[in-house]
Amino acid sequence: MTKRREIADGMKTRIAPLLASVQARLGPLAGMLRPILVPFLAVVSALMIGAIVIAISGRNPLLAYAGLIDGSWGSGRAIAGTLVRMTPYVFGGLAVALAFRAGLFNIGGEGQLLLGTLAGAWVGYQLALPAVIHLPLALLAGVLAGFIWGGIPGFLKSRTGAHEVITTIMLNYLAIGLAGWLLNDNRLMKDPSPTNVIARTPLIAESAHLPALIPGQDAYPSASAAPEIVHWGVVLAVLATIAASFFLWRTVWGFEVRTVGANPSAGRYAGINVPRVITLIMGVSGALAGLGGAIQVTAVNYRAILGFNVGYGFDAIAIALLGKNNPFGVLLAALLFASLRSGSTRMQSLSGVNADIIAVIQALILIFVAADQLVRWLYRIRARGLEERTTLTRGWGR
Amino acid sequence: MANAATETLEVVLEARSITKIFPGVIANENVNLKLNKGEILALLGENGAGKTTLMNILYGLYHQDSGEIYVHGQPVRIKSPSDSIAMGIGMVHQHFQLVPVMTVAENIALGNERMRRGRLDLASVRQRILELSKRYGLDVDPDAYVKDLSVGQQQRVEIIKALYKNASILILDEPTAVLTPQEADELFVVLRELKQQGTSIIFITHKLREVFAVADRIMVLRRGKVVGETTPDQATRESLAEMMVGRAVILQVEKQTREPGAPVLVVEELTVDDDRGHQVVNGVSFAVCAGEVLGIAGVQGNGQSELVEALTGLRAVKGGRVSVLGNNLSGALPRRIFEAEVGHVPEDRQEHGLVLSYSVADNLVLNRYYQPPFAKGIVLNQEHILENAEKRIKEYDIRTPGPEVPVATLSGGNKQKVIIARELSRPLKLLIAAQPTRGVDVGSIEFIHQQIINERDSGTAVLLVSAELDEIMALSDRIAVMYKGKIVAVLPAASATREQLGLLMAGSDAPLIEPAGVKHEHLAPGETH
Amino acid sequence: MTRGRFLFILAVIVVLIGAAMYLSPSTLENETVAASMLATTLGVATPLTLGMLAGLFCERSGVVNIAIEGMMLTAAFVGYTVGAYTQSLILGLLAAMASGGMMALLHAWLSVTFKVDQIISGTVINILAFGLTGYFNDLLLRRRDVDIQSAGLTPTIESLADRPVIGFFFKPIDALSDVSVIGPIFNQKPIAWMAIILVFVTHYVLFYTTWGLRTRAVGEHPHAADTVGINVFKMRYANVVIGGLIAGLGGAYFTLESTPQFEPLLTSGRGFIALAALIFGGWTPFGGWAAALLFGAASAFQSNAQQFGVPISAHIIGMIPYLLTIIVVAGVVGRAFPPAAIGQPYQKE
Repeated sequence: MTKRREIADGMKTRIAPLLASVQARLGPLAGMLRPILVPFLAVVSALMIGAIVIAISGRNPLLAYAGLIDGSWGSGRAIAGTLVRMTPYVFGGLAVALAFRAGLFNIGGEGQLLLGTLAGAWVGYQLALPAVIHLPLALLAGVLAGFIWGGIPGFLKSRTGAHEVITTIMLNYLAIGLAGWLLNDNRLMKDPSPTNVIARTPLIAESAHLPALIPGQDAYPSASAAPEIVHWGVVLAVLATIAASFFLWRTVWGFEVRTVGANPSAGRYAGINVPRVITLIMGVSGALAGLGGAIQVTAVNYRAILGFNVGYGFDAIAIALLGKNNPFGVLLAALLFASLRSGSTRMQSLSGVNADIIAVIQALILIFVAADQLVRWLYRIRARGLEERTTLTRGWGR
Repeated sequence: MANAATETLEVVLEARSITKIFPGVIANENVNLKLNKGEILALLGENGAGKTTLMNILYGLYHQDSGEIYVHGQPVRIKSPSDSIAMGIGMVHQHFQLVPVMTVAENIALGNERMRRGRLDLASVRQRILELSKRYGLDVDPDAYVKDLSVGQQQRVEIIKALYKNASILILDEPTAVLTPQEADELFVVLRELKQQGTSIIFITHKLREVFAVADRIMVLRRGKVVGETTPDQATRESLAEMMVGRAVILQVEKQTREPGAPVLVVEELTVDDDRGHQVVNGVSFAVCAGEVLGIAGVQGNGQSELVEALTGLRAVKGGRVSVLGNNLSGALPRRIFEAEVGHVPEDRQEHGLVLSYSVADNLVLNRYYQPPFAKGIVLNQEHILENAEKRIKEYDIRTPGPEVPVATLSGGNKQKVIIARELSRPLKLLIAAQPTRGVDVGSIEFIHQQIINERDSGTAVLLVSAELDEIMALSDRIAVMYKGKIVAVLPAASATREQLGLLMAGSDAPLIEPAGVKHEHLAPGETH
Repeated sequence: MTRGRFLFILAVIVVLIGAAMYLSPSTLENETVAASMLATTLGVATPLTLGMLAGLFCERSGVVNIAIEGMMLTAAFVGYTVGAYTQSLILGLLAAMASGGMMALLHAWLSVTFKVDQIISGTVINILAFGLTGYFNDLLLRRRDVDIQSAGLTPTIESLADRPVIGFFFKPIDALSDVSVIGPIFNQKPIAWMAIILVFVTHYVLFYTTWGLRTRAVGEHPHAADTVGINVFKMRYANVVIGGLIAGLGGAYFTLESTPQFEPLLTSGRGFIALAALIFGGWTPFGGWAAALLFGAASAFQSNAQQFGVPISAHIIGMIPYLLTIIVVAGVVGRAFPPAAIGQPYQKE
């Protein structure tokens, strides 16, 4: 007990003056930094506890983190790899954040993305079309599949009150079952080439490839090639971030979504068709995840593979929470998580720390972000004013 | 009073210079209070005066920032309700603290349970309840589920619950707010009986009439401070009202008689279900004409809320017809009703009327955000939204640091003014106002009442639903009384009396036409909310 | 729990058993198939029943628990690891329960003390459990050569019937399990029996004891409980942790009783299905148990169908429990009312 106090006090004495000096020097900038202070401290705290866990396992945490940074930002290749990994995270994070804004908790990112990859891949390998049509069609197929898979829980929620947390989780397992069925049968979507033993589709046509950002870098030979070429999907992710932000705060629809999230009864009173908003925003949320999946197919893997993105939905939740459900915050959080993932291989080879530690660190970040009171308490930061908060839990039955 | 003059006064409860500060508000400032054995002390003050805070401190739900509490002369620290219960303090809260899905016996046992032969012993609880109810004339069924009881019965359960825990000091917070005048009188009989048997009582209220009916001594709180102490024989209504509000108050709403115009809202044989699927509005028919206020009186829970929700599209219409100026609006969505120029001041402003995390400006366009000039196509026009807010803030005297402040930070009265401003700042054919002044300070009440009358005078039809009989009587041209989902009578406001309305609200058949020559009761300001 | 739901559950179970009998090869007696279906149903329903009870304590006290999955996964891992390292079944079991309780304590700390949204808190626990078990699985199990099977730790009824004290309870069961056709039904392992006993115990605790009355009061109307001197925070903490201990038992079922091995994500959503059973059962022990048996029957059908070589993809049949869950929470068959204060952190001014 006293030990913890000492540590906390030590943190306080060390960090508080540091913050003060940073604030003093940056002056007006400090005001802008304030909103990211708590998330920043959350990440720092999680990394510190992660270091303790690594040390307990008998490895060198400094070496591990050095490897993590080197593997994600140490070279052009590394940076490219990080940006490519960031792309699906941005879409997943935006998907969760938009649903959160409407007071809905979308845990179904994994299933929605999986369906997006299946639909994108099917259009990609099944049809033969000119690139101008083929690529957009493949992406659109992903959007549509995600929209349906996300829209179902939205519809059920608004019509029957079925809680979206349960239904989206169940739809994840249904998506996995569906993919397992489709990708394990030669007569359905399984890659029929005689050498193939894994559950995956054939390669998509080149006309459905999402090109590299720098011309001439695209079309690497196989799915096993490291995804280290920056493609246009990264740009799409940034555009989606801007669009989501505009949608939320500058449009009538965004007003409706936020109103339903903040107070659905007031939304009804204000003449908003609450069930429709719930169904549609869950659909849009799923569509974003599905688009992320389709981009993954058309730009990185060139096919759908089973078990490729296990845990994606939960990463997306962590990203949305770390980004405070703000689209630009989501972008930053996605970048951080992509860095952790993309540096983990180098970390493992350099320090022998298993890459699974990343999942632990992510969970710790999430704990500190979700319980921002915990961070404020640890670092003695006072809450300021009234912050916009969304209550998620509205009971199960209704 | 004889009581106050006796020499054998025994002080059972004393609070010395209690101060309690909430962020931004001083709820209690140096409050001193003494309660004698076997007396009824009325604690009078308007909404937000700090009465409930003080009582919650005495009951251990809050903790004072400074000051001491003495029980039977001993200094005590009350850390939680278990401490106060152990000291013999019981409290009947304004919002009943009963678990609806449990029985009366279970609720009363809660916190003092005993096990017998490996099971909860409810038999002895039942026994005690029957004893207590016989001794004090509080009739309850120990095996009934609380959710099936009327408010009056639930209140009796609350009192028995306190007595069961051997309370000798009883605090009642606004106990009459949900009762008919007759039920309130019955409660007073019980309180006098308790007093006779030695219980000391603190009775919180903002209704002057009740103070005269039951209190031995009166203490008045205003803005967290004790502003006066008196007895019913020394005080007058006017003096108490002035003490409560801090200034002389207009005793009545200025209102000219006015010839009503053509019917605007016509309701025919309307039936509505509540959330549980029980029919709670049973074939209601009435009309509201242009330039008239129709007040709907009734004890809460007789279908008024569901009626209003059905009229405004928030609840499904099960049967019957609703039309506004010939437009059939039965079962229409809220937006269509809004666009038919119907304004709605909802009963629960936190739940329906406002988005607390939104700015004042956004709340002022909460139902109009999609219309020009606030939106162009699908893009919001922030400039116009802000401009509108600045105009309304001035016009309706909304006390806020600015239009971009979250509405949650405003006081109850100013929150309500935001709603009034939003609803009245557009042309209306019909205004539906439900409990428009609930939990609002006197200044705002006067303002809101004036706004409603102005709206009526400009030719709008007004449907007023209120649990405050005084409000109904002050504003209405005609009064409809609702009981068990039916309108049991419609009376002209000019000739209706409180007693007559009270009887109708309680469901007894009273003569619909008042004998001539009955003196009209004057309204005191403290009662108009 | 409404009668309609009970009938629905009964009908589905009967249909599933009937379908299994119809699909089975003609060499098998119908009675044998039905008995084996019932036996598998009880076995598979064990972690669901325990998870449901874990959620029941938690949610009846007003705290949403979507972390059952994470608690069970943690317990499955810890129980297996401790069991393998110490070669002691009892230590493994106790460690499993303790680890479930620890995760629950974290849930209570976040959602009761820090008032974090309870669903987010639960999600955090799940993610933490995925991460921790993955990391330490690699560290402690995959890289070393530890095994639990070699020591013969998974208990059987026969072995338990020979032990002192507990043998008294298990002897008659052992005797029953020798009866020809219905034998397999009674031939359940100890955690399965404990789950059934716990259903009855929970019912008694919840509806016939002081503890139960207070727990329900805290979940329905915490402020009312507070005003009569009940410590809402303590009640919620205690119930959440009790739930965690039971979830720990459920986790232990996977690695100490069912299949003696651990792999990442081994609970594969059964914690969530347990939650659905709780909701479908209307937050009552017997209702929840019936719902758990329903999901158990669906899984039993799946494994039987695979055995009989039914020409439908196992992937498709495997989707039945998840599909059922969606149908169930969509309220297609009657509606239940959750504890009124569920999901709301209690704020004492």
